[in-house]
Amino acid sequence: MSTATDDAAVGTTPRKLKVATVSLAGCFGCHMSFLDIDERILPLLELVEFDRSPITDIKHCGPCDIGLIEGGVCNAENVHVLREFRANCKVLIALGACAVNGGLPAQRNHLELADILQQVYRTGHGLADGSQIPNDPELPLPLNQVHPVHEVVRIDYFLPGCPPSGDAIWAFLTQLIEGREPALGHGLLHYD
Amino acid sequence: MVIKSMHDSLRIPGSQEDSVAAAKIATILDRHARDGTRLVQILREVQDAEGWLSPATLSAIAEGIGWPRAQVESTANFYSFFHTRPLGEYRILFSDNITDRMLGNQDLMRSLCQKLWLEPGHMSEDGLVSVDATSCTGMCDQGPALLANYRTITRLTPERIDEMAHLIRRRVPVGDWPSDWFHVEDNIRRRDALLDHGLAPGEALAAALDRGPAGLLGEIERSALRGRGGAGFGSDIKWRSCRDAWGDAHYVICNADEGEPGTFKDRVLLSSYFDMVVDGMCIAGFAIGASKGFIYLRGEYRYLLDRLETRLAQRREAGLLGRNILGRGFSFDIEIHLGAGAYICGEESALIESLEGKPGKPRIRPPFPVTHGYLAQPTTVNNVETLALAALIAVKGGEWFRGIGTAYSTGTKLLSVSGDVARPGIYEFPFGVTVAEVLEAAGAPDTQAVTTAGAAGSCLSADEFGRHIAFEDVPTGGSIMVFDRSRDMFEVARNFAHFFAHESCGFCTPCRVGTAVNARLLDKLANDHGSPYDLDEMEKMHRLMQGASHCGLGNTATIALRDMLAKFRPAFDRRLHSPDYEPGFDLDAALSQARQMTGRDDPGAHLTDNLSAHAGETPSEAQP
Repeated sequence: MSTATDDAAVGTTPRKLKVATVSLAGCFGCHMSFLDIDERILPLLELVEFDRSPITDIKHCGPCDIGLIEGGVCNAENVHVLREFRANCKVLIALGACAVNGGLPAQRNHLELADILQQVYRTGHGLADGSQIPNDPELPLPLNQVHPVHEVVRIDYFLPGCPPSGDAIWAFLTQLIEGREPALGHGLLHYD
Repeated sequence: MVIKSMHDSLRIPGSQEDSVAAAKIATILDRHARDGTRLVQILREVQDAEGWLSPATLSAIAEGIGWPRAQVESTANFYSFFHTRPLGEYRILFSDNITDRMLGNQDLMRSLCQKLWLEPGHMSEDGLVSVDATSCTGMCDQGPALLANYRTITRLTPERIDEMAHLIRRRVPVGDWPSDWFHVEDNIRRRDALLDHGLAPGEALAAALDRGPAGLLGEIERSALRGRGGAGFGSDIKWRSCRDAWGDAHYVICNADEGEPGTFKDRVLLSSYFDMVVDGMCIAGFAIGASKGFIYLRGEYRYLLDRLETRLAQRREAGLLGRNILGRGFSFDIEIHLGAGAYICGEESALIESLEGKPGKPRIRPPFPVTHGYLAQPTTVNNVETLALAALIAVKGGEWFRGIGTAYSTGTKLLSVSGDVARPGIYEFPFGVTVAEVLEAAGAPDTQAVTTAGAAGSCLSADEFGRHIAFEDVPTGGSIMVFDRSRDMFEVARNFAHFFAHESCGFCTPCRVGTAVNARLLDKLANDHGSPYDLDEMEKMHRLMQGASHCGLGNTATIALRDMLAKFRPAFDRRLHSPDYEPGFDLDAALSQARQMTGRDDPGAHLTDNLSAHAGETPSEAQP
């Protein structure tokens, strides 16, 4: 297993931290906000290396130092991905309102999933004759309710906001990378 | 003309039934002079007449008092005892304090629901009856208790439940149910200075008038009397600040919203020592320069209302209340307002909001009620017991009072003792008495734990029973609940957590969310999904709510839980399902509806709870 000490022993420069990111039941808005750190991504890349992330298109998460989860958990695949992140990331962060609270996708929680599927695929307007609820085993099944990520795995930090600003993500990550306890002051913490 | 306009707003013109309803509402509105600050009273009386508060009724009331409808609706929706949907001709509310649970209320409630063919919280299909639980009704020494159409019934037994189901099905009015069901005992077990006062009605008031306001305030100061509601604020400071505050009028409020689970001493004072309380209110009015007082009586004590009103009327006749009291030129009158099932209204600024017809949400302080209270006028809010003690001090003097109790907690304290004791009831002890002495008096040989300030205070374990009940050691508002070694302290904590989640007024996020999170975490443990992280989370929630909550409810809601986590840890550890993180729900079951709708049952249509099984197969692919 590759660890910090192994790498440090080989090279003179400290090993770059590995960071993985994913959007589960989210809109990628938090990832877009991440890109709002703009040119600061260059100094960030001096410090970290991306593992699984939309930036790298790596499909599975390997052992990482930091995992950023955008979005809540709405289906079986989300559960698998989230568990994979938890198993591989030393520090796991719920990034943004959906990951923290379920957010917009959780609006469906007051409806019965069976009724939703029925209406969307069988009885709704504009459907082809004989339209059926998709049942291909390739497709992940939706959960009865959408859950915030901390209801499925242990989460170390919560970064609220819809989305959290680029500045908030930058401040949070740099503090964490410097080995400090992240603390976002007034102006960086938003709950909307 | 008024009736006609109301009729329009009821929107079902023509029907005779509707015009009768509109006339009833108009009568009630007129009785309250169409004054919006009396909205809580108006809503209660209209609901008593109509059975529930329909949208049309709320519109009619809004129009009648000239308030926006949204404001009327906001008050109607805030209080547990108001319902904006029909809940049947019979509304049965089981008192659900932990002491009621220990006496078997849950079995009785299940049994009544079965006999009436209904689910708790829902109205029966024929619209006849609904059964639900409510917060502590203050009958812990004679439980299990319930409210039947807001009338108190004590000492429930399976036989009484049988008969009750029968009476409801036969549509016998609650007023015709067996009268002994409604009997409420005082259960006074130990009397001291207050309960043995030996004074005639008005005697204390006459003594106060003799002393004059300055002399009276001097005696109160010498007595070092501190508020009996729990906070222990100096009564002389409160009265003086109120007296000195500028205003058009000054008010005295007697806080009889005795909502703390496990306390019932104010009920006994109102029931059997009411003249001392009224004397105390008049004395407070004399001291601060007020001519009007309110008793804010909790909705659960509705059964006392008529009796108390009658006594006030008698006192007016006898020259002990109203204009020119005792012929001495001092005028002071008292009005009783009934609450509607909201624990938070025991907080003084929430109580004042409620008195003004609004939802009982605590105000931002300062300004404090002594300068900006009822209708923004100087107001002193005192506990029932404090006022009765002030009456005693007016007669016997401050020095005498100071000789009782401890240096920092003078006088006696009424303790409502309930739970696992041989003799539950009211014990009046001088401050400084040890918890062990109280247990000894009440007959509690095998005690595991004692909560000393209801759900909102400390929980003591056996090694602390030598501690003294006093503001400087174990402060209390008077609720002493005793748990013997057979009790599961986890269930006590869970009962308290649900109580606070229900009673949080919802104004501030730390309390609204924090109390709900704690209740959910404890349910998670109860459902066998507990992990050590949940216990850590509760500790975190305690620290967060202590500092960040808007009022005392949020600040005290986790104290007992924190104590129980620290002192009765095995009760919680026993509930932990795994040493690692554990979700609060069954993930595979969470796919049930999708499986059913798609007809799938392949391995991909299931989620195992084995984290490593899946994690093990992926990293190999992921490694570059």
